[in-house]
Amino acid sequence: MRKVLIVGATSAIAQATARVLAARGDRLFLAARNPERLEAVRQDIAVRGGHAVGAFAVDMTALDRHQALIDAAVESLGGLDLVLIAHGTLPDQAACQGSVEATLEAIQVNAVSVIALLTRLAGLFEAQRKGSLVVISSVAGDRGRQSNYVYGAAKGMVSIFLQGLRNRLAKAGVQVLDVKPGFVDTPMTAGFDKGGPLWAKPEQIAKGIVAAVDRGRDVVYLPWFWRPIMLIIRHIPEGVFKKLKL
Amino acid sequence: MTKTDDRLLGWGRYPRLPQRATALTWADDALPAGTDWLPRGLGRSYGDSCLAPAGGLQLHMTGLDRLIAFDPATGLLRCEAGLSLSDILAFAVPMGWFLPVTPGTRFVTVGGAIANDVHGKNHHVQGSFGDCVRRFALRRSDGRVLTCSPTENADWFAATVGGLGLTGVILWAEIALRRVASPVMDQETVRFGCLDDFFALAAESEADFEYTVSWVDCLARGKSLGRGLFMRANHGPAFGAERRRPARRLSVPVSPPVSPLNRLTLSLFNWAYYRRPVPRRAAVHYQPFFYPLDAIGGWNRLYGRDGFVQWQCVTPAEAGPEPVREMLDRIARSGQGSFLAVLKTFGSRKAPGLLSFPRPGTTLALDFPMKGRATLDLLTALDGVVRACGGAVYPAKDARMGAADFQAFYPQWRQLEGFRDPAIRSAFWQRVTEA
Repeated sequence: MRKVLIVGATSAIAQATARVLAARGDRLFLAARNPERLEAVRQDIAVRGGHAVGAFAVDMTALDRHQALIDAAVESLGGLDLVLIAHGTLPDQAACQGSVEATLEAIQVNAVSVIALLTRLAGLFEAQRKGSLVVISSVAGDRGRQSNYVYGAAKGMVSIFLQGLRNRLAKAGVQVLDVKPGFVDTPMTAGFDKGGPLWAKPEQIAKGIVAAVDRGRDVVYLPWFWRPIMLIIRHIPEGVFKKLKL
Repeated sequence: MTKTDDRLLGWGRYPRLPQRATALTWADDALPAGTDWLPRGLGRSYGDSCLAPAGGLQLHMTGLDRLIAFDPATGLLRCEAGLSLSDILAFAVPMGWFLPVTPGTRFVTVGGAIANDVHGKNHHVQGSFGDCVRRFALRRSDGRVLTCSPTENADWFAATVGGLGLTGVILWAEIALRRVASPVMDQETVRFGCLDDFFALAAESEADFEYTVSWVDCLARGKSLGRGLFMRANHGPAFGAERRRPARRLSVPVSPPVSPLNRLTLSLFNWAYYRRPVPRRAAVHYQPFFYPLDAIGGWNRLYGRDGFVQWQCVTPAEAGPEPVREMLDRIARSGQGSFLAVLKTFGSRKAPGLLSFPRPGTTLALDFPMKGRATLDLLTALDGVVRACGGAVYPAKDARMGAADFQAFYPQWRQLEGFRDPAIRSAFWQRVTEA
């Protein structure tokens, strides 16, 4: 029975993961921006028989609220074994290209707020010398593409931060797991034509996350086939890559 | 032009209409702007009642799948409308609760079950799905949210139960679950040699068995017309041996280029299925009992790219066995047999919905590979038999009935039109009311 904080608990992947963890008997503390939606998720977990012991409404771009969130979770759960950071937005690339504000806001939500929270959590986990920090980044962070490089840059920043953090926390025995989902059928991707076999359901991603935590993995592509796909994409020479429509 | 995407079609994959899709994930998400959109659950209606008019927008409800409250003393469950019956069973069965009414697949949403007022093998005992719904919230495109029950906004309740999703978006519902002692069914199977024997078995079984249903060999003719297997069951006491969960689901990942379901395999199947050795009495897990086809994911793909059409009718009790005999005879003579011919008698309970399909009488369900004109002509002839005896054809399974036939089966359709949300319309509704 682990003590789990889920940030961005109303996201589709986080909800699905919360259901899996709750079914295993873990105790959950949920955080999200919208209080009504957060309560709907907490109720769902509670009715399913899970231990959703608490919820905390917070906008993660309010960086000065992060410590209050961590304190509330630690107090409610009596410590922390696992933190899943799942909040984020999928910015409109075209809008970002025409707006410095939109670009910086996307980076603020998807990178800066995550790094700020991890910085606070790292000290706690390093001191307790156990536990797992699990962050949802994206395959988009593996290489910049014209169709969504602002999102990709933010996710890539998080992935590189996680590499360094993993290197630092390895000797403390703390797992730092970078989850890189491909295309997932969630409200965040509502505007896409979800045809083809590359689209996964949030439930599949959730099972993959929990399995990767159990196995002590460092980086997991979900579903698995994104690992070879991204291996190829990362190795296309830049001179060729820049001419592709990706 | 929007392309036709297999996953946005009805379960029979006919007709192939271009569709667009978006999702409702939270009860307060904005509804689509404009008109000609339709809320959709898991898309298990067979024809076009789960499709928006060509080029229209489907509003996918399956993200609205949260449990809200459950009272373990009374079994009253409140959940969001996109939750599947499969999820409800996974939650409720370990605690000794079950759905009072379930259709032949558990992969339907609560909202879809209400919108089609679905029925199961125990109609003669429990009625249809609307009979176990205590309340629901209906969101209209003008911003109103109505709480509906048999006593509060009762007219909206009746219009929405069986209302084909046209009256608004169901946000959540309260369902009264029923107690069961175990996940096991106590099932008997009886072979019968002709249609009269079916009716005799049905009459004899309904008092002692909650669930009754028959498979019929629809290629049999003459003296054997209407022969089949009669299955009758009750929820079992707590056994030990059969408690294990059924095997892992298989699935059909793609449509085979040539459908394996053809005339030859149909004849072989019907011959062998009728003669298969069946234990007269057996304890079976509820999943294979209620949902034999759910064991094969995407079984609809077996019919190939042209898809298939389902057809289900009810003939009134007072018409007796004759219309059923006439239909089976026409089907047998056409040679267009159905793998899954199902015959059942409905109970006498009046259905709760304005446009509900179940009514006292006999229901016959069939599916045919879609072979164009020949298939459509046969079904039109069957519609004629149903119309002549005062019966009805089931909209949830329909892809092709004529507007005049529909309006004869459901003269109350004009009342439902008055309750329809002006922004919402389905391809089915367009076809049967605007022709």
